[in-house]
Amino acid sequence: MSLFSLYERDGRTVFRVEGDWTIDTIGSMDSALRKIEQTEQPFLLDVEDLQALDTAGAFIIDRTLRQSCKYGDPKLELIGDHPQIHALMALARQSSAACDVEPLASQSIIDLLARIGGGTLHLLDEGRKTLSFIGETIVTSVRLLLQPHKLRWTPIVAVMEEAGLDALPIVAFLSFFVGMVIAFIGATILQQTVGSTVFTVELVGWAMLREFGVVLTGIILAGRTNSSFTAQIGSMKMRQEVDAMRTIGLDPIEVLVVPRVLAMLVMTPFLTFAATLAGLFGGLVISWVALDISPILFINRLREFVPIQNFWVGISKAPVFALIVAIIACRQGLRVKGDVQSLGRATTASVVHALFLIIVADALFAMMYMELGI
Amino acid sequence: MSEPIISVRGLKTQFGTHVVHEHLDLDIRRGETVGVIGPSGCGKSVLLSQIVGLLKPAAGEITVFGQTLSQLSRAEREALERRWAVMFQDGALFSNLTVRENVLVTLKEHTDLPQKLQIELADMKIRMSGLGGNAANKRPSELSGGMRKRAALARALALDPELLFLDEPTAGLDPITAGRFDGLVRELSTSLGLTVFLVTHDLDTLKATCDRIAVLGDKRVKFFGPLAEIARIDDPWIEEYFGGPRGRAVVET
Repeated sequence: MSLFSLYERDGRTVFRVEGDWTIDTIGSMDSALRKIEQTEQPFLLDVEDLQALDTAGAFIIDRTLRQSCKYGDPKLELIGDHPQIHALMALARQSSAACDVEPLASQSIIDLLARIGGGTLHLLDEGRKTLSFIGETIVTSVRLLLQPHKLRWTPIVAVMEEAGLDALPIVAFLSFFVGMVIAFIGATILQQTVGSTVFTVELVGWAMLREFGVVLTGIILAGRTNSSFTAQIGSMKMRQEVDAMRTIGLDPIEVLVVPRVLAMLVMTPFLTFAATLAGLFGGLVISWVALDISPILFINRLREFVPIQNFWVGISKAPVFALIVAIIACRQGLRVKGDVQSLGRATTASVVHALFLIIVADALFAMMYMELGI
Repeated sequence: MSEPIISVRGLKTQFGTHVVHEHLDLDIRRGETVGVIGPSGCGKSVLLSQIVGLLKPAAGEITVFGQTLSQLSRAEREALERRWAVMFQDGALFSNLTVRENVLVTLKEHTDLPQKLQIELADMKIRMSGLGGNAANKRPSELSGGMRKRAALARALALDPELLFLDEPTAGLDPITAGRFDGLVRELSTSLGLTVFLVTHDLDTLKATCDRIAVLGDKRVKFFGPLAEIARIDDPWIEEYFGGPRGRAVVET
């Protein structure tokens, strides 16, 4: 239990402290101590009944002494003695100055405008940097492709396995289910409107070949590969491994970015192909089980009424999506700074930007192919 | 002599088939500063992690403040953890918080002081560990290595612990800062009666701060005693450690 009191002695005010003054006990006295008024002469300090003392206790006693005195830093004048008081009070006095306070963000309209302006400039700067990063990656890739012996084949193959082959089950599985869903919805609507479910085959074929195979692949890669690439490169950046690379004379673009980009360029079309097949298979299963369209009929109808160019339209987008995924992932990874939060932010941004751009690119492709009449 | 504040009995540590410690005994008295040295990989930091309960020993018993770690309930453990503090090798500051917030984390968690007082105390600890006032609002990634160490010390001292574990506190610091650090540890251990468990390679720190030195090697404590006595020990590693030009300067002066 800790207590304090003030009393007069020989015309001086004595500040008496009793009991334990430690971090666990001082909380209750804080506000009362702040209210002690200033006097002409510094307080005497009575420590005869002071028990335990730690730096927190010493700090609050010292604060009271300083506040109570109008003139500068008062000297420590004791009544009674305590084994630790001199050392602790000196320590507390030494380190008593408050640290700088962070300026509060002002709320004025000018501040708002400044933030909008700052944000816009930041956005433009980001765009410019992303473009220059894309340029640098392409130039380095082309240069390395012209000298294939300089390419780092081991990481390329490793990424192909990790981000390509290992993604195959999930890509195929999801496409299979989306194929089934399209067949179901198609069958229901076609039954109601056209009165015949056999057009389900065309619906599944067109949708999977042209759009869903490749877009599903892109979305899964954006979730799966983007986060992993960004986290890998980002944690390397955090631990200064990227800086170490530069000092050894290794170009991070060459070592980290190009293998990932090339591996994704190779693997995404294969994944798209697998996704498309799985989706068609999903449609086939539903047609067979629920709509009585035999697999043979399904395949024949597919070959007859779904032109092969749909497949090429779909697969032509795969390399573009691959570039979006790999380049955004690497770029965000290299933006990570020293703290954990920036890693989290970069990973989120990586996935979100990749998803966004994949959908936008797909829309642009759709418009382009429509204009071209393919 | 009062009972030891840390007591390690028959400790065995094993990672897979690799045995780090075997039959290791160590007693640390209240109020003393013990420096733990030993060759790289002899398990100095591992020993520290085990005493603070981050790692479970394969066999043996560790008693801190008279309580056996393996037999404590959750509440007892928390009460115990409140009484010690650890400063990790590279600081282990929370990187998304500023230095002041790092110090405030422990204050907020374990005390119910008014917020203003918490901030005042945090600022005092930051100053006390030798950081300038403008460092309080910086994040760990904006600080230099030495400043990070001091910020970590400020966090470790936040609750005025009775027992302080320091893992390589002066590694990577310039001699002036390292000297101040030693002085601070010394000052705190005398004025607060702090017990310090120090893992270090810094010979000057050993000399400046430690009452006794424990030399780890051959899976156990090879030597445990004051620095002055260490020259008498007949052991190739100790001889090389203190017999080199750096070591000799410390032992002889």
